[in-house]
Amino acid sequence: MKYRSAFDIIGPVMIGPSSSHTAGAARIGRVARTLFEKQPKKVKISLYGSFASTYKGHGTDLALVAGLLDFDTFDERIPKSLEIAKELGMEVTFQTEKAVPEHPNTVKLNLFDEHNEMEIIGISIGGGTIEITEINSFKLKLSGDPAILVIHRDRFGIISSVTSVLAKNEINIGHMEVARKEKGEMAIMVIEVDQKIEDEVIEELKALCNVTRVIRMVE
Amino acid sequence: MFRNVAELVGLAEKHQVKIAEIMIRQEVEISGLTREDVLSKMDGNLTVMEKAVERGLNGVKSRTGLTGGDAVLLQNYIKSGKALSGPLLLDAVSKAVATNEVNAAMGIICATPTAGSAGVVPGTLFAVKNQLNPSREEMVEFLFTAAAFGFVVANNASISGAAGGCQAEVGSAAGMAAASIVEMAGGTPQQAAEAMAITLKNMLGLVCDPVAGLVEVPCVKRNAMGASNALTAADMALAGITSRIPCDEVISAMYAIGQTMPSALRETGEGGLAATPTGRRLEAEIFGEPKAKLKDYLV
Repeated sequence: MKYRSAFDIIGPVMIGPSSSHTAGAARIGRVARTLFEKQPKKVKISLYGSFASTYKGHGTDLALVAGLLDFDTFDERIPKSLEIAKELGMEVTFQTEKAVPEHPNTVKLNLFDEHNEMEIIGISIGGGTIEITEINSFKLKLSGDPAILVIHRDRFGIISSVTSVLAKNEINIGHMEVARKEKGEMAIMVIEVDQKIEDEVIEELKALCNVTRVIRMVE
Repeated sequence: MFRNVAELVGLAEKHQVKIAEIMIRQEVEISGLTREDVLSKMDGNLTVMEKAVERGLNGVKSRTGLTGGDAVLLQNYIKSGKALSGPLLLDAVSKAVATNEVNAAMGIICATPTAGSAGVVPGTLFAVKNQLNPSREEMVEFLFTAAAFGFVVANNASISGAAGGCQAEVGSAAGMAAASIVEMAGGTPQQAAEAMAITLKNMLGLVCDPVAGLVEVPCVKRNAMGASNALTAADMALAGITSRIPCDEVISAMYAIGQTMPSALRETGEGGLAATPTGRRLEAEIFGEPKAKLKDYLV
């Protein structure tokens, strides 16, 4: 089911005017920042579908940037996010795309700093609920629920090492998927969990052989 | 976990509890939060709604000036004693308008189920409150009942204007409100479902055609009509009227209609009222040029 909670329907508490185009956009921006693990120096934002044709009216641009600055959906600084980004030295460019996306509210974010870059595709599916559908060309589904992202080398036994650590810490897995581009190369695990994951567990996962990065996603 | 309205009503009947109770229990189970936390979280949302209504009734204006101030006009008109459609109905309408005027002014609201349709549920709640005198707990339950019906629509159809048109937003909100009103007024779970079906049937096909792509025109007034539709349907269901088409089938019809709706009528600001001469003129005044031709811009 796409929606799981009563608060997906009655909520979020947010700055108007649109749950999908403002609140959802802010959430996508914030998840992108979490995935990048810091505030990017430069962001290229490509808008598709309804996002492309109505972003100015809905403040989608303001909201995406607000999210990238780590603001929540009800942060009253959202209308001023572009100025704040400028002050903080985060360079943002926008472009609208003609390509017809699978979901009408689609955005592609390219995040950069001196050493890293990341490409993230997010969709806003209604009522402020979002999904991340692609990270660095890996197709996946990340809904914004508590989850961890494990970037690792595609080797035998790695899935069982990761899940053993979770099992040992009594963390239940609600949903899990594994994606890779090529056999034996870089791969991603998305693990949605029911419990809060403590820092020690994250450190334990990071120490595993063939694990490159572990990112914790929290609501 | 319930997947459709029939299962939801079945669960409430089997356990002899309100629909709100089924939603609360499911939320506790899924979130892992305590019952107390779940209730207090919803209470917080209720407070946000209360404040938004209050702020709108004091008069707000959006940044474009397209909307704002209509809630005040309606309240003054009700006070004049000349209202034809009854004070409770108009009170609901004015409070729905108040909420959406605050939303358009980039104020704080609670999406129910979306921001563009955020006025209907609180508008009707704070109007029937004056007649039914519910406790705070019952007002929180009102929101859980609305959540339960919205949950079914969201998972089986859509609550996004971009995906399903305005029927998915104000239509869903009105159906949710109707069901909650029935439950608060003492109706049965089945009567709540009938109210939802009757409301939604009369919202089918409603397109999402915001002028200049803004959640202002016609969104604010659609919330007004959503609130009055919900109240009328709730009264019909409480009178014993049933929907010939079961609620779940109405929701399926809404989904199918949304799927066949052209993209110009799904929150792109390209068709319907947005494409009228006045709609285009307003768009040009606000943005300087029609948005379709907006150049990529650099911050």
